[in-house]
Amino acid sequence: MRSHYLTKVFAVLEVEMRKLERDPTDLATRALQPALWLLVFGQVFTRTKAIPTGSISYEEFMTPGILAQSVLFMSIFYGLSAIWERDLGILQKYLVSPTPRSALVLGKGLAAGVRGVAQAVLLTALAMAVGVHLSVHPVHIVGVLIAIMLGAAFFSTFSLVIACLVKSRERFMGIGQVLTMPLFFASNAIYPVTMMPKWLQTISHLNPLTYQVDALRALMLDQPAAATSIATDFAVLAAATGGLVVIAARLYARLGT
Amino acid sequence: MQSDILSTQSLVRKFGELTAVDQVSFSVAEGQIFGLVGLNGAGKSTLIKMLITLLAPTAGTAQVCGFDLMRGAASIRRAIGYVPQLVSADGDLTGYENLNLYAKLYDVPSDNRRYRIREALAFMDLEAVGERLVKTYSGGMVRRLEIAQSMLHRPQLLFLDEPTVGLDPVARSSVWRHIMNLRKEFGTTIFLTTHLLEEVEELCTDMAIMTDGKMVACGTPAELKATVGPAATLEETFVHYSKVSREAAAGYAEAQLARRTARRLG
Repeated sequence: MRSHYLTKVFAVLEVEMRKLERDPTDLATRALQPALWLLVFGQVFTRTKAIPTGSISYEEFMTPGILAQSVLFMSIFYGLSAIWERDLGILQKYLVSPTPRSALVLGKGLAAGVRGVAQAVLLTALAMAVGVHLSVHPVHIVGVLIAIMLGAAFFSTFSLVIACLVKSRERFMGIGQVLTMPLFFASNAIYPVTMMPKWLQTISHLNPLTYQVDALRALMLDQPAAATSIATDFAVLAAATGGLVVIAARLYARLGT
Repeated sequence: MQSDILSTQSLVRKFGELTAVDQVSFSVAEGQIFGLVGLNGAGKSTLIKMLITLLAPTAGTAQVCGFDLMRGAASIRRAIGYVPQLVSADGDLTGYENLNLYAKLYDVPSDNRRYRIREALAFMDLEAVGERLVKTYSGGMVRRLEIAQSMLHRPQLLFLDEPTVGLDPVARSSVWRHIMNLRKEFGTTIFLTTHLLEEVEELCTDMAIMTDGKMVACGTPAELKATVGPAATLEETFVHYSKVSREAAAGYAEAQLARRTARRLG
C-alpha cells in the first residue's frame, strides 16, 4: 500500500475540525480576553494618545496586534493536548502507525491555524462593530488569513516542541505561562518598535510575533509594512514554521516513551 | 511446525542505572495467543514498547513479522497493531470517525475504507452505535472499538496491553470472545499483557512470566504449571516464578486493578 502523506495530514486536521464543529463554545470563551483588550485597553489608550501611531488611531493600530495576541495565547498551550494524548495512549497509537512524524506535527499545526482563523474572524467582526476601519480588499483578506495560519502553526509547533521536552502537564503549564507575556511585550503588538529601548528592539526583531503583527497591520490597515516588507514577514514566518516542524517531528517520538 | 512471528535475542533496555529489561530471549509462534504476565515494574511495558518500535533497545536484537527491529521499524509498523492500556479512542468523535482516522493513518485505500470500517464495526458488534459519540459508549464497547481500530489494516500481529483492565465480567468475556474470533477469522497472532491469571487461563495458548526484567518462564500454561508441581494452579505457578508471597501477589493485583479502573473511568 502506498503511503499518502497528505491524506494523513488532513486526517489529523479533520479530527480537530470535527471537535471544533461539535463544541464551538471554546472559541467564544477564548475570544473573551482579547475582546477586553480591544474594548477596554484600546478605548482608553485611544483617548490618552500616549502612543504615537501616526495617521491611524490607536485602536486601529492595536487591532492587528490583539488578533495576533489571541492566536498566540491559543496556540502556545497547544502542546498541552499532545501531553494529554500521551497520557491516554492516543499519541503512542499515532506513533506506532506507519505515519511520518512530520505529517502528524503538520496536521496539528494546520488545525491550530484553522482555530486561529475562526478566532480572528470573531475578533475582526467585533473590532469593525465598534468602528475600527479595516481593509476589506480580497487580496488583503487572503493575506491576513495566511498570516494568521502561519502564526498559529508556528506557535503551536513551538508549543509542541516544549511538550516533547518537558513531557508533564505541570511543567508545561509553568513554561507556557512564563513564555506568553515576554513574547507579547517583546513585540510590536500594542506599541511600535520605535518606542522600545534598544535592547528590546533587538529582541523584538528575533520574535516571530513581530513579523506576524507587521504583516497583519500592513494588510488590515492597507499600509506599507513598518518593520520590513510584507514579503519578508511571510518568508520569516514560513521559514521559522518549516524549521520548527522539522525539529518537532524529530522530537515527537520522545513523547511515546 | 509453525514459524515464529516474533523472536528476541538477549534484548536489553536500561534507564540509567536501572535495567528494565535484562537479556530477554523468547519467541512467539504464528497464530498463538501469547500472554505476558508479571508484577508491575517487572519490565512488561518496556518490553512491549521495544517490540512495537516506540523505544530503542540498549542491546540485543529482535525480529517482528520477519523484520529486524532496528532496521525495519517502518515495515514492522505496517505489519502490527497496538491497543494501549488506557482509553485511547477519542470520546469526542463517533465510532465511525475514530475508525476512519486510523484507516487513513494505516493507508487503507480510499475505495476500501468504508467496507473495512463497516466490517470492523460488524465484527466487534458495534454496528448499531457506529454513528454515536464514543463518550456515550460503555467500557467494553470502547475496548472493542479500540480493537476494531487496530485491525483495520489486517495486522499479522496484534499487541494488546491489558485488554480487559477495568471491565466488568460480562464485558470482559465479550472482549475475550472477540479476541478469539479475531484469531480464528483472520489468523491474527495476539500478544497481550495482563494482571489476570484467569485471562491467561481462558484465552492464552502460550504464556511467559517476567520478574525483575528477566523472562523467567515461557511455555504453554500446562507446561509451566507442570514445572511447579503435578497439581499446581496457575496462581501457584505465578507466585513461584515471581518470587513473592501469594498474599502479596493477590493484594498487588487487586490494588493495580482498582487504580487502573479509577483512571479509566476518571
